[in-house]
Amino acid sequence: MDATEALSTPVPFKVADTLSPRDRRLGKLLLAPALAYIFLLVALPFVLALFLSLTNSSAGSLDFSFVGLQNFRNVVANPVFLRALWNTFVFTFVSQVLVMVFGNVIARALLKDFRGKLLVRFLILMPWAAPISLATLGWLWIFDSTFSVINWVLKVVGWLGPGQWYYWLGDPTLGMAAIITVHVWRLLPFSTVILLAGLTSIPAEVHEAADIDGAGPFAKAFQITIPMMLPILTVAILFGTVFTFTDMNVVYLLTRGWPARTCWPASRTRRGCWAETSGAALPSRSSSSPSSW
Amino acid sequence: MRRGPVQKALAMVVHRSVILTFTAFAIFPFYWMLITAFKQNSDLYVGASNTAHNPFIFNAAPTLIHLRILFQNTLYLTWLFNTLWVGAIVVIITLVLAVPAAYSLARLTGRWGERLSIGIFLTYLVPSTLLFIPFSRLVALLGLQNQLGALVLIYPTFTVPFCTWLLMGFFKTLPKEVEESAMVDGCSRLGAIGRVVLPLAMPGLLTIIIFALTLTVQEFVYSLTFISSVERMTVSVGVPVALVRGDVYYWGSLMAACLITSVPLALIYSFFLDRFIAGFTVGAIK
Repeated sequence: MDATEALSTPVPFKVADTLSPRDRRLGKLLLAPALAYIFLLVALPFVLALFLSLTNSSAGSLDFSFVGLQNFRNVVANPVFLRALWNTFVFTFVSQVLVMVFGNVIARALLKDFRGKLLVRFLILMPWAAPISLATLGWLWIFDSTFSVINWVLKVVGWLGPGQWYYWLGDPTLGMAAIITVHVWRLLPFSTVILLAGLTSIPAEVHEAADIDGAGPFAKAFQITIPMMLPILTVAILFGTVFTFTDMNVVYLLTRGWPARTCWPASRTRRGCWAETSGAALPSRSSSSPSSW
Repeated sequence: MRRGPVQKALAMVVHRSVILTFTAFAIFPFYWMLITAFKQNSDLYVGASNTAHNPFIFNAAPTLIHLRILFQNTLYLTWLFNTLWVGAIVVIITLVLAVPAAYSLARLTGRWGERLSIGIFLTYLVPSTLLFIPFSRLVALLGLQNQLGALVLIYPTFTVPFCTWLLMGFFKTLPKEVEESAMVDGCSRLGAIGRVVLPLAMPGLLTIIIFALTLTVQEFVYSLTFISSVERMTVSVGVPVALVRGDVYYWGSLMAACLITSVPLALIYSFFLDRFIAGFTVGAIK
């Protein structure tokens, strides 16, 4: 109920009272095609995916015999899946924390007026607008095992001594760092502009009133900015988390699950590892469903 | 708390360095694409252990060879054309479904319409990595395997919810009097929508056209799953999958393809950013 009200139109008007029966009919008629499409192609497949996870259907055949939670027991017993699930939690959590912290810093910096602000906003936005698969290719080249520009810089500043080398995508820890970097790079613009919208929506009078009442920076942050930003923070975190947790593009293109499958997220396992081990093009349909959860 | 000139200068330095650092982080991959796309191979493949060779600049004259390879020896233009073709049809389907639904949710439904619209918006959160499993069955049933038609069928699953939500917010900002006065003058409700509301809603319509198109260009998972022939791929899959031959990466051409696709998209996107953000934040801001 609260959520409904929070998301509802900013200008409340009582539509229901003034609608004639004809208008109501027309309303339903206009809504029907979109609702039918969403029902058939989102809701139904979604439910089907949940249902398949309880049956022993596979890629080859849709066998609807009910096996209860057996598939879930199987995936939970599968160390590759558990590892993948853990990896997904790690990179989602770490990148979300980084995105929220950095996003707040940039949003505050962009709140001020300065010359070239429009250009800066455009440039900061670019990672979000570029197709993710192509942007990831750019990062693949930056993290290249032989030609990595990062290693060149580290060599020049003396961080990497003679004979030392970072194989960014060939080492579990560095690979995770690389994946988190790309996710942060990609999501930072999105969170920044959403947080910026939240910050600009706090009226200046509120801060002025707080100043008059003698509130310090801490009191202002915890009693004004954060509570007033809470709905918008929720939006940013909800979407950012879902976008990161369910993403397969970055990992698929960056590491292809290498090294030793330790970097796979849950969304990746069904196309790669399990197909490899079972010899099928797509792994068991039923066993793949739980991995999105 | 008075701020002296020193503190002011310090604040400005901090502000500048924050802006510079994050701008550099955001655009570095694009700069890297740009310089890679025009470097000669002898300048490109030196190896990062050679500290005497600065990879940030052109050490040899720039070349157009990678661009020539991209446009003449690869299917890049075909992929672009496929993407635009799919995008155009997805835009039309999105408009046909989202415009009436958005108007209805904004004007012709009561309280339940508001709840329904939030439900529609939340379907945008259902991930493609879950849906592609049932979709592969549907695509096979309809005989659309390896057809662009599969993408045309499926892409509206993410464009329609988001665009309906955006457009609904836009319709709500138009005063109700505009169609009421048209109806007083003898228009039917539908006539008023066609003659008065839609022309006024042009900026909103343009926004959802842009978003349906950009979301189509960016999509990767469905395209990777359902299209297997190289000549039918969209650009977001063709470049990373088919431009890499075996283990050989033609980095110059690859980076040129990434840059040429990304920059126009980023330009268009930034023009419509405010509306896009309004779509996510409507209601969360008072």
